Amino acid sequence: MFDLECENLVKRFGPFTAVDGVSLEIPSGSFFSILGPSGCGKTTLMRMIAGFENPNSGDIRLKGKSVVTTPPNKRNVKMVFQHLALFPMMNVGENIAYGLRCRGENKADITAKVASVLERISMPGVQEKQISQLSGGQKQRIAIARCMVLNPDVLLLDEPLGALDLKLREHMKIELKQLQSQFDTTFLYITHDQSEALVMSDNVAVMNGGRFEQIGAPETLYHAPKTAFVAGFVGDSNRWSGTVSSIAGDLAKVTVGNGLEMVASIGGARPQTGGEVEVFVRPEAMQLLAKGAATAMAAMNTLDGVVDSLLFNGAASRVLVRTQAGLLIEVVHRMDAGQVRVNPGDAVTVGWAHGAGLCFRVGG
Amino acid sequence: MLRSDTGKLSLILLMTPFVLWIVLLILLPQLGITFVSLREKIGPRQYEFGFGNYIAFIQEPIYWNTLLRTAWMSILVTVMSLLVGFPIAFYIAKIAQRRSRAGLFLLCLIPLWVSDLVRAFGWIVLLRETGLISGALQYVGLVNGPVEMLYNDVTVVIGLVYTVVLFMIVPLVSTLDGMDNSMLEAGYNLGGSRLTVFRRIIVPYAMPGIVSGCIIVFMLTAGSYLTPILLGGKNSMWFTEQIYDQFITRYNWEAGATFGVLLLGFTSMVIWLGLKLTGQNLASTVAKD
Repeated sequence: MFDLECENLVKRFGPFTAVDGVSLEIPSGSFFSILGPSGCGKTTLMRMIAGFENPNSGDIRLKGKSVVTTPPNKRNVKMVFQHLALFPMMNVGENIAYGLRCRGENKADITAKVASVLERISMPGVQEKQISQLSGGQKQRIAIARCMVLNPDVLLLDEPLGALDLKLREHMKIELKQLQSQFDTTFLYITHDQSEALVMSDNVAVMNGGRFEQIGAPETLYHAPKTAFVAGFVGDSNRWSGTVSSIAGDLAKVTVGNGLEMVASIGGARPQTGGEVEVFVRPEAMQLLAKGAATAMAAMNTLDGVVDSLLFNGAASRVLVRTQAGLLIEVVHRMDAGQVRVNPGDAVTVGWAHGAGLCFRVGG
Repeated sequence: MLRSDTGKLSLILLMTPFVLWIVLLILLPQLGITFVSLREKIGPRQYEFGFGNYIAFIQEPIYWNTLLRTAWMSILVTVMSLLVGFPIAFYIAKIAQRRSRAGLFLLCLIPLWVSDLVRAFGWIVLLRETGLISGALQYVGLVNGPVEMLYNDVTVVIGLVYTVVLFMIVPLVSTLDGMDNSMLEAGYNLGGSRLTVFRRIIVPYAMPGIVSGCIIVFMLTAGSYLTPILLGGKNSMWFTEQIYDQFITRYNWEAGATFGVLLLGFTSMVIWLGLKLTGQNLASTVAKD
């Protein structure tokens, strides 16, 4: 059973096609994210699901029933807005009670439901507080509670963490994930921040230019991207363009830049010999070797270079290596975790397994 | 030390025009009027301090009836301005495209470029017995003889609404403009009908603008002189007309001053009552946080 299904949704604004034939299915109780750069159509898609825009064609089904002709106030999808849109002229309790009162529930039920939902977001007894008295994270939780008290089929979240500062955002990611499993409701989350999507979601759809590039679990998107866009957008990568000099099985030998050769596995459509490709290699797939040590190793790409600078960032620390040809390579290298100490100016060799890199044909 | 001195100096310099304006043009004349209203004339150039003028006002029904009538009609004009102005303000602030917004606003301002007097004469040209509307009705054949549409209360109210509605629109547009569209969408999304969204979200949000618009419009209407006189004629029974009469025609400055003080006191009381009834206070509507 799917809580939400979209079939071939198309939305055009004049000559511009914002959403171009998108289909998705979200199983009950899962956390689904749509990840894409700004302007990719993800907000339009969400507004169509909420009912604020009408699709030019296609169908939207909630729990199997088509809702395309249902007005927004009759759809059982609730939405947490980007700037939350809490009502400043009402206090917390009235904000949460608003939806229940629209439904015409009786006073005693409303009071009990408001109290219980506040309990569940661990903010009991704040009914009388004004919205302006709450902190950013608390407002976030109230906005979610205001929707969840209505038991929606699907909760839509439109980049609600965008306005928070970094520390709170990190914290809210975990909290949102916990709230989702606690309420056991389907969440559809849209964001341009890949770490938000990867950390929280069961499934992620990567969207670009009005279409879905790939739908899959976060690990799949990260380790087995199907297109160059996904490989570049999800996670960090070293990215080079080059031409294919030979193909052997699933591996292609690619000539990059000034005659450097490397072997990478083929992702997506098979390139032709001599065709242009883009090569992506994750920084954590690479390692720093002592100069010249790895030349004997088989099934490894190696590049000689000089340490350009050290980029310390705790567990995500990197070393920037400049090759003779002038390419800059980011390599994960944690000196504080016992790896060999290097200094800017040291000659090193960067190595990675043949299968660790992925190459994609340019132009699909 | 130097910094706080320059700060003080600039504060004084900036405050001076404001203080001068308030004291010289508002406070002093008002005090003077109040003083004059408390003088009783007992003979040529002989005065005595007392409340005789106020007692005379209460004893003459035509005076306080005029004041009550002015207040009622001003309230009516205020309500009608709100009813007419709100949709216009909502359209300008929320529905119109960003580009056309300035143009629409300008269109609302254009009537102000023409003086009150000329606009009132404009209404006269339209509404008098030999005017355009009367002529048109006769031409079409809906009426047989000329129709006089001037000199009645309906005309006065219409003319006043037309003159003051802009002062309702401006504060409303500025409050509604600050309302995030997603607030309305949230209102629908959570299950509200159009009416619920209007009643529970738009109106409470716009309340400060509604209240300040109503205060301005009510004060302007109650204190207006030209429009009621020109459109209502001698029967308009507007309180400002009484004040003018006392000062200019009868040369009874004491009575005129009394009426002036009473008008100010009475309209202030109406506004205070209005604020109490709507649960607003002056500070929150004028200086919104």
